[in-house]
Amino acid sequence: MKYVLMFADTEQFTADLAAMGDAERERAYGRVMEWFAEHADKITHHVHLMPPESATTVRLDSGETLDGPYVEGKEVVSGFAEVDVADLDEALRMARSWPACPVVEIRPIASV
Amino acid sequence: MTQPSHSELAGVVRDHAGRLAAALVHLTGDFATAEDLVQDAVEAALVHWPAEGIPDRPDAWLFTVARRRGLDHLKRQERYRRKLALMRWPAESAPDDRLRLLFTCCHPALPRTGQIALTLRAVCGLTTPQIARAFLVPESTVAQRITRAKRKVGEAGIPYRVPDPDDLGARLAEVLTVIYLLFNEGYLATGGDRSHDRDLADDAEFLAALLHRLMPTEPEVTGLLALIRLHQARASARFDGQGRIVRLPDQDRRLWDHAAIEAAGTLIARAAAHRRPGPYQLQAAIVACHAEAPRWDDTDWPQILVLYTMLLRLQPSPVTRLHRAIALRYAAGAGAALAELDQLDEALDGYHLYHATRAELLRALDRPQAARAADERALTLAVNPAEIDLLRHRLQWT
Repeated sequence: MKYVLMFADTEQFTADLAAMGDAERERAYGRVMEWFAEHADKITHHVHLMPPESATTVRLDSGETLDGPYVEGKEVVSGFAEVDVADLDEALRMARSWPACPVVEIRPIASV
Repeated sequence: MTQPSHSELAGVVRDHAGRLAAALVHLTGDFATAEDLVQDAVEAALVHWPAEGIPDRPDAWLFTVARRRGLDHLKRQERYRRKLALMRWPAESAPDDRLRLLFTCCHPALPRTGQIALTLRAVCGLTTPQIARAFLVPESTVAQRITRAKRKVGEAGIPYRVPDPDDLGARLAEVLTVIYLLFNEGYLATGGDRSHDRDLADDAEFLAALLHRLMPTEPEVTGLLALIRLHQARASARFDGQGRIVRLPDQDRRLWDHAAIEAAGTLIARAAAHRRPGPYQLQAAIVACHAEAPRWDDTDWPQILVLYTMLLRLQPSPVTRLHRAIALRYAAGAGAALAELDQLDEALDGYHLYHATRAELLRALDRPQAARAADERALTLAVNPAEIDLLRHRLQWT
């Protein structure tokens, strides 16, 4: 089954990351790279997003173009990985071993 | 033909519905469809069996109905129909698949209310109206919980299997929680007028016994089964003829099922031999201390205090501290217990048993005014009618 893992940053996580020294941040990125390498056979696609300040939202119902993400919250999606695994339990195991931001939503992809 | 009693009927359905559901999931590979068919069969059984008697082969009866419904209703799902048409009962080489069923129903990706409703329907064969009555919620609410849970099982790809060894500990804990909640709901019901409703407690006992049979070397499963059986062994002494709660010191211990208490003690010892203590084993051991005491005055309070201290270390919670404080009262005096309770004031201010316990301690320390105030506070918070009755009685006479 195909799922998208949506990675979400919290304010605390963003602050912690900003407070890191270069070497420490390198190590944190290293752990993320390792995670991707370890699960490479199951990850079909992944993207890392620019910070929410860079987002622009178009509201077609009101015709507005707005600065910022469509939802302002304490948890912001910062990336996606599309994975192809046997079932939810396997997706859960991947998500639990994710070494970076503290929230991961697992959403099945609708089959066409 | 004699008409089956309510509990006979429940027992037979319980024994066979889950097995049939497991076999049909295995056959069709579709959890939701299989569960629907079994539900139809159970509903039909509850119409026919009370009048016609329980058939000699209830499993075959349920299977025949489920199969016929399946063939009627699955017209557009040709591959299920074909498999179903070829299916024979009893399914050959069918090991007890109910373990998978239980792990699927109690998957952590489902909300707790969904886990409970699904377990009751798929594993115990309760109907939606029965579940609604047991939990005092509208039938439509239960129906919606079932529909959502089943849809999630399918859409989210919740697997139909026993979890891998890595996940087993956490997943088993989830199943045990569901069974324990069911037991509490049935045995220590907190809402509505059903202090005597023992139906869900029986279902919880059935599930714990089933799980114990399928996973005999898991000590926490054995512990939970022992805990449930120890409570049930003393159930007949818990209420008087008018439905009023009889408190433990006042219970007629001759009414207890001493053979069942002894058997539960054997279960606890068997679990303890694994040397993997856990909250259910400890709670069972605590209840066993009460159940094995010939008289209230013989209760081994120092041992109970030790067990609560261990439990608190494994599972810190204000309610466990409250229970430990009660043991402390008998092991070290009411003053020590009250001092412990005073530290729980913030955490348990909204809990009626906290105030009721305080009242008892204050009364033991000869502070009747403060005791009354605590009892009055408890009364405003209690919801179980039998408990309200007890508090009113105490306020009137002490």
